[in-house]
Amino acid sequence: MFLLTLLLIPVIAAILLLFVNKQETINAITIVASFLVLAVSIVILNVNAADFDEQWLPLLNSRFVLHADGLAKLLILLTAISFPAIFIATQKNETSQKNIFNSLLLFTQAGLLGVFLTADALAFYFFWELALIPVYFLCSLWGGEKRIAVTFKFFIYTFLGSLFMLIGIVFLYMHTADHSFAIKALLESRLTATQQNTVFALFFLAFAIKMPIFPLHTWQPDAYEQAPTSVTMVLSAVMVKMGLYGVIRWLMPLFPIAFTGHANIVILLSVIGILYASFIAIRQDDLKRMIAYSSIAHIGLMNAALFTQKQIGAQGVLIQLFSHGINVLGLWIIADVIEQQTGTRSMKAMGGLAKKQPTLAILLVGFAFANIALPLTNAFVGEFLMFNALFQFNIWMAAAAGVSVILAAIYTLNMVQKVAYGEVGDLIQKMNAPAKQAQWVLMILLAIVFITGVYPQFLFNITADTLQQMFVK
Amino acid sequence: MKIIIAFIILWPLAGFLFNGLGRNIWSKKTIAYKATGYILCSFIFSLLAFINVQEQGAITVHYFDFINTASIKIPFDFRVDALSSLFLLVITGVGTLIHLYSTAYMDSEEAPHYARYFAYLNLFIFSMLLLVLGDNYVVMFIGWEGVGLCSYLLIGYWFSNATYNYAAKKAFVMNRIGDLGFLLAIFWLIVKLGTVSYGSVLTAESLAKLSTTDITAITLLLFVGAMGKSAQIPLYTWLPDAMAGPTPVSALIHAATMVTAGIYMITRSNILFSASEITQHVVAIVGISTALLAATIAIKQNDIKKVLAYSTVSQLGYMFLGLGVGAYSGAVFHVITHAFFKALLFLGAGSVIHAMHHEQDIRKMGGLKSKLPITHITFLIGCIAIAGVPPFSGFFSKDEILAAAFAKSPVYWVLGVIGAAMTAFYMFRLYATTFLGQFRGTQEQEHHLHESPTAMTLPLILLAVASAIAGAIGVPELMGGHHWLSHQLSSIVGATHEAHLSVQTEWILMAISVTIAIIALLIAISIYRKKADDESQTALGKFLFNKWYIDELYDNVIVNPLHKLAGFLKEVVEKNVIDGFVNGTGKFVQYSARKVRLIQSGQVGYYILWMVLGIVILFLLWFNDLSVLAFLFKLTPKS
Repeated sequence: MFLLTLLLIPVIAAILLLFVNKQETINAITIVASFLVLAVSIVILNVNAADFDEQWLPLLNSRFVLHADGLAKLLILLTAISFPAIFIATQKNETSQKNIFNSLLLFTQAGLLGVFLTADALAFYFFWELALIPVYFLCSLWGGEKRIAVTFKFFIYTFLGSLFMLIGIVFLYMHTADHSFAIKALLESRLTATQQNTVFALFFLAFAIKMPIFPLHTWQPDAYEQAPTSVTMVLSAVMVKMGLYGVIRWLMPLFPIAFTGHANIVILLSVIGILYASFIAIRQDDLKRMIAYSSIAHIGLMNAALFTQKQIGAQGVLIQLFSHGINVLGLWIIADVIEQQTGTRSMKAMGGLAKKQPTLAILLVGFAFANIALPLTNAFVGEFLMFNALFQFNIWMAAAAGVSVILAAIYTLNMVQKVAYGEVGDLIQKMNAPAKQAQWVLMILLAIVFITGVYPQFLFNITADTLQQMFVK
Repeated sequence: MKIIIAFIILWPLAGFLFNGLGRNIWSKKTIAYKATGYILCSFIFSLLAFINVQEQGAITVHYFDFINTASIKIPFDFRVDALSSLFLLVITGVGTLIHLYSTAYMDSEEAPHYARYFAYLNLFIFSMLLLVLGDNYVVMFIGWEGVGLCSYLLIGYWFSNATYNYAAKKAFVMNRIGDLGFLLAIFWLIVKLGTVSYGSVLTAESLAKLSTTDITAITLLLFVGAMGKSAQIPLYTWLPDAMAGPTPVSALIHAATMVTAGIYMITRSNILFSASEITQHVVAIVGISTALLAATIAIKQNDIKKVLAYSTVSQLGYMFLGLGVGAYSGAVFHVITHAFFKALLFLGAGSVIHAMHHEQDIRKMGGLKSKLPITHITFLIGCIAIAGVPPFSGFFSKDEILAAAFAKSPVYWVLGVIGAAMTAFYMFRLYATTFLGQFRGTQEQEHHLHESPTAMTLPLILLAVASAIAGAIGVPELMGGHHWLSHQLSSIVGATHEAHLSVQTEWILMAISVTIAIIALLIAISIYRKKADDESQTALGKFLFNKWYIDELYDNVIVNPLHKLAGFLKEVVEKNVIDGFVNGTGKFVQYSARKVRLIQSGQVGYYILWMVLGIVILFLLWFNDLSVLAFLFKLTPKS
């Protein structure tokens, strides 16, 4: 029942919110709900939660099955940490119709949790859309100046991807012995190599857009820039993980032949994307776009490591799914604090944060070094393992992708220099201390960065079973 | 023992946390006492560990598993043995003195920044200790990048200054280039051996498992890492710029400790390096080239710290020459003596800069001999030591490297002696211009000239004593000594690496190099005793003054083209090619969407309604009629 509870909390809260107008009540409901989710997810981490399995759409033979293995638990934990962090850090931001705004965000959370929990392909699709659709509305109604055009692009991209995936799902459905969407049944359907390749392509398109993989990435910087910050945070901290999750959960086990067959090309694209995005990040002046491209580079590495099909790489990806979320969240919160107070995202216009707001600057430097995977920060462990896998796959690929280690230092330190160092600029001069809540959230996130960086073992322990399933056939 | 060893690094960590978190709380006095005291404690614990190693041999202790998965296991282990215990003493010993010196040197800073400075400095010691204590390459790498971080933070300590920030960033990025090499070497080891622990990698059995190509590749990649950290050609240009940091930082990080990490790494891996002829040649050639290149540049620099910076690059080159010719203990010997005399010289320079109110141009100094007596004497001792005049420490260590170089190839020796002559020349040019002759600064500066406080002169005196006598740890048998150091290190580097020359040859070589060095330093004194370099310069002088235009070369050949490439990707490829294609597709869709848009009313409630309805309709569709979808399947291939 824990698993169902987990899903129901945000849904109930989201519906409740639609009938509430008072600011304090809205905040209270949102925060209580998100903390409840966090509490339950921590329980699930430690208790072996029983699967939830109910008849759902009998005619289609689709069952509502929730199952939490290590991978799901880890991503649920990430989701559960991210949402309260986002709500608290952005609580002070001016938002019209906040009840609906928060309600949509909570629907998204429910969708995300569902995606990670479900063991049924149709339900997977359902939750995938449940997570995405509220985001379209959030972007197009609360976004920046260019929101309509940008959301449209975002919508076209992701919806196209989803559509292909849907076709793939139904195709699979038709090829199971007893017409079922259950992952177990899908695993038993023996597809030929050609069939695998076809369905693999359909699924992968959806996942590749979501991650995104070069050259399908151009929706992302625009969306990150134009979406309201809390939505950007949800998108980059949690939602991009849906793509990688999909690859691990569905592509790897269901289409082994196609997976191996496409490994070379996918890894090549990923590595090109890593370098491409890193180079562009160097030249970005917009703080948000810089973080967006940096994130594309990091996700590219994770995807490349997955396709090497090396255990060591998969292990790295599993914990990097979590770590990347924490790090990017920290960067977004800082970017948001600065933008809210100065009204700009242009790094050229900033400068002197270290003098004006030393605490915020220290936090920025902390997350910056996590972003370049300095040892003893969380990202190092994941990147170390992933590069190892890439190296085992192909030395030159590893060396090429490894250049991103240098490029990351360049663009991240550029950012630190422009934002934090130098003389205090006019805009930074106007800054007040950030809200206490935001500071606390940042400190807790930074603590997670270092704790999981020094002792990553408990993240390994969470995902040990998933890893075993992936590699011990 | 496990606890004692843990405390060696816990003291500086505690200092970092104490000053870092309490930067707005503590008084400057508290900050100074704690920061220096913790490093002193660390020194005492290092001493305990050192004694223990002397009595009982190497110790390996296990704390926890850093990474422990089905595919790889990397324990967080420490190893204290003959090599690391020596480094521990140098790091914490020189570290304590430099902390003490800093308490006075940084006195003009406000409390929060004072605390920040010491927090960084403590963190540096912590990382550096981690680097030498680690029992495997990954723990070494953690310390390796950690010292890079601290170096970055301290070079850019005065963060309002944009030039300093660029210098800090340059240092970090160039180090990262080296770090990538180090990382690839680690991956290579993992692929071939499945482990990175010294105990398993650095054995004859492991060596047998590796092909010659493997060994050469691994050692060359490790050496790339060493090039970055220890400022060798082509990755040396960050070190002179790193002088932007406070002077004690230059002494501690960019002279005595961090930059010698590359030597530590190669000495640690000496089994691998000795197994690859090619790598040894590369190391020796890069080393001697760097030594000579940097020495020529040092001759024409006028910034007191820049001269010392190029001198450091040059001396590091000597150490790599030593490593390349197999004189591992000679290289470590030079690390130790260099740590003393170069720290001394930097701190002396700091004392001068302090007295001169932040003037660093030696042309505006002169005649400081009488005004700063202690600084003068100690600086002179440092100069004699680095010039290689017996019986000061630099003589013994440099001679050992040169003798080994001769045994490998007389060409190395000749080049080494030329470099040694230049070293003596530029050091005494620096000395004479700064301390002899007439004072050339402003009257106000002259009026304020003063010897530094005890907290600064005491470290100078102690380091001067060390620079003078440290050679005693490695007096060669030829002179009736026992060469304690090479016995000490024999468990790490073996005793067979250094080829033996005949006693007679060795005496002759020694006599030649010492004579040449003394002649060079006398020439320097006679030229610069009265006057500094004037403005007019020969073409060669200008070329050297501008550092062979290497920075300009890098900018034009590497940095700018990459910058342009990034701009091209951002402005042309991303905007026009990729997005152009996407938008073209989008426009088509937009056309068909235009009519549907009428539904948009701006009322969020309706949207949610539509969303829910949509999902319901979608489900109903499948529920009742799957024929549409079935049609789609006909399009997909079936077996």
